[in-house]
Amino acid sequence: MGTSPPVWASESFWKKVAIWVTAGSFVILVILTFDTLSKTAVGGSRVQSYSVINRSIDYRFDYILNRYRPVFGGDEPLFGRSLSEDEAAALVTQGKKTVQAKNCMNCHTLLGNGAYYAPDLTKAWLDPDWGSVEEREARMLAFLLDPEKNAVTFSSGRKMPRLGITDAEAHAIVAFLKWMSAIDTNGFPTNFKTIGHQED
Amino acid sequence: MRTGIIDGANLNGGQQLAVKYFSVALVLFLVQMLFGLLAAIQFVRPDFLYNVLDFNVNRMVHIDAMVVWMLYGFVGAVYWLLEEESGTRVVGLAVGNLAFWVLTVAVAIVVVVYLWVQTGPGNDLTRWFVNEGREYLEAPRWADFGIVAVLGVFFYNVAATFSRGRWSGIAGVLTLDLVALAGLYCAGMFYLTNITADQYWWWWVIHLWVEATWEVLVGCIMAWGLMHVLGVRRRIVETWLYIEVALMFGSGILGLGHHYFWIGTPDYWFSIGGFFSALEPIPLVAMVVHSVYDAGVRKLRNGNHPALAWIIAHTFGNFLGAGVWGFMHTLPQINLYTHGTQWTASHGHLAFFGAYATINIAFFYIAMQTWRGNIWLGSGLAGEGWKWKGALALINLGVIGMTVALLIAGYEQSFIERAMEGSTWRGYFAGQMHPWFQQAMAWRLVFGVVTLAGALLLVWDLLTIGVGETRRAPQFAAEAG
Ligand code: HEM
Ligand code: HEM
Ligand SMILES: [Fe+2]
Repeated sequence: MGTSPPVWASESFWKKVAIWVTAGSFVILVILTFDTLSKTAVGGSRVQSYSVINRSIDYRFDYILNRYRPVFGGDEPLFGRSLSEDEAAALVTQGKKTVQAKNCMNCHTLLGNGAYYAPDLTKAWLDPDWGSVEEREARMLAFLLDPEKNAVTFSSGRKMPRLGITDAEAHAIVAFLKWMSAIDTNGFPTNFKTIGHQED
Repeated sequence: MRTGIIDGANLNGGQQLAVKYFSVALVLFLVQMLFGLLAAIQFVRPDFLYNVLDFNVNRMVHIDAMVVWMLYGFVGAVYWLLEEESGTRVVGLAVGNLAFWVLTVAVAIVVVVYLWVQTGPGNDLTRWFVNEGREYLEAPRWADFGIVAVLGVFFYNVAATFSRGRWSGIAGVLTLDLVALAGLYCAGMFYLTNITADQYWWWWVIHLWVEATWEVLVGCIMAWGLMHVLGVRRRIVETWLYIEVALMFGSGILGLGHHYFWIGTPDYWFSIGGFFSALEPIPLVAMVVHSVYDAGVRKLRNGNHPALAWIIAHTFGNFLGAGVWGFMHTLPQINLYTHGTQWTASHGHLAFFGAYATINIAFFYIAMQTWRGNIWLGSGLAGEGWKWKGALALINLGVIGMTVALLIAGYEQSFIERAMEGSTWRGYFAGQMHPWFQQAMAWRLVFGVVTLAGALLLVWDLLTIGVGETRRAPQFAAEAG
């Protein structure tokens, strides 16, 4: 064993490779992070401004991109009241904080991440089982306030628990869900037929 | 020095601290299983503990107990090898002990609050004092600061002890890796309303922990373990360690992109995430080759059979759970349908178990051996070692059984809920109500019970293995670095 190994099998060679590869990958990640964060800032084309909750939102197949994409229509103020950008931001923020405080993510997925005990919430605002566009807001509020009584379990028996959500929090959650449904998620989920689609 | 009975005099200072970490880790491992079972029962009987201990609470305790026990195990393993590897005493043992107790009390408080308070109003106080509501990072903010402080003490001890003693290759990689590990945790410590940016940083912690820094940490621990258990030469393990670091970080850092397909981030992540994450299995193959070769060359002769068996379980488990199961759904063309289904859960179970539970259990056996006076734990154990063999068999059978059941459920869910039904509320339940899905959930519960039975046997074995044994194991004195 007296002879020293060839360069490609030597410790010092691999040590240098490890350092350069790690540093290089990290630098690329940092550059991409700056780019991604600027492209996903609120108010851009991928993540809409909070006041998008004043508009009608749908999710349709785009034949040019070959994937589903959010589309925006005319005015459709949430709970019948058009909000300023600041008011909308405050409402969506309260909704997001409530979603965290109630630990929704340990039953549901949001943008596909979380737990698998309950349906994905990414496009929950657009779900056809809220009945119709007219009934939707009231049905969502009623559900959040008393999920046990208003359960929609398709005979699975899997009901959402009582989470002590207040009336104000329920409004905020609906605002958050509406805003989230406007995010361009590169076509996930695919093949989702929205509440608006059903009425066509 | 006495043999055959547990005696702290058989341990050096770092090792005395390590066994405290290992003890808590083992308790939390049982807690993890218990709450996993409660959650699994709820899949089969949704009324079970409804409005009392709901699924989200049980699942949160399940996964947080897992992360915490594994971190306890890693910290313990590093304290275990620190004095031997550095050739000197741990510099700040007293403060290390204090940090251990602070962390343990904090963990206990967090768990009690999770179970009794569970959730809170939608304001900042809830995030600070009850629960942050972000999967894996649920620990309230006050606890985050505690965790960072304790990791700081740990890091100080590692870096200062190596500085006073000697710096080996393992020491260098380990120290830099710990800086990255602690630094990454901070990426998960702030609130954002923009859920796309929120999940962007959330994955920095989750992915860059388990697919980069944790993987390298176990690489260091394994390198030392192979020298210790099998007497492999230092130059060989350290060269391998650098190769593994290069391959793991080279694929894993940009492989992060496989979580940026669908959260609102730009579509260049399809190619970057798909390509680099597809390379991630390569270092895991390298690790299998390396350790199986080393074990084979020595004809598996060694004085700690349970530890060696769990080390081998680790290399294969890491390769299968992370490498194969991860690769199966890492390309965006597949992930569009499998993202956030039981398919993910299947991979999550086999990967965390195969890569990280196994190596920790190997260290529990290494610790028991030394704690009882470096006794012989090779062939010819009392009762032919039926307890450790039984525990090994039951736990691996249980986890593989759960993994396969979840994979079947995941296939079914991807086809029915995702591809056919388009992921609506109704589509979700169409998938969940299908008999194939329901059967899979029942089998997962059965294999979960098998896993827990194996874990109880493991605890019993750890408490009794080598009682009264007087034969000594051979010592592989690690060559100086
Ligand atoms: C020991 C290493 C690994 C561990 C512990 C691990 C664990 C996990 C866990 C727990 C999740 C689910 C996260 C959640 O709850 O949302 C996950 C997701 C994922 N993992 Fe891994 N993983 C490892 C390695 C890998 C590797 C090497 C690959 C690829 C080759 C991979 C590919 C993926 C993918 C694509 C997802 C996303 C699944 C989805 O879209 O729902 N993982 N991993
Ligand atoms: C007694 C045995 C176990 C049972 C019954 C069990 C059950 C469960 C259940 C019901 C979930 C929730 C999945 C969902 O959201 O649908 C879960 C999640 C999880 N469990 Fe277990 N588990 C067990 C053991 C383990 C072990 C040994 C590990 C790893 C060492 C583990 C790691 C995980 C992880 C990482 C997740 C999150 C998966 C994801 O988000 O994709 N579990 N487990
Ligand atoms: Fe990942």
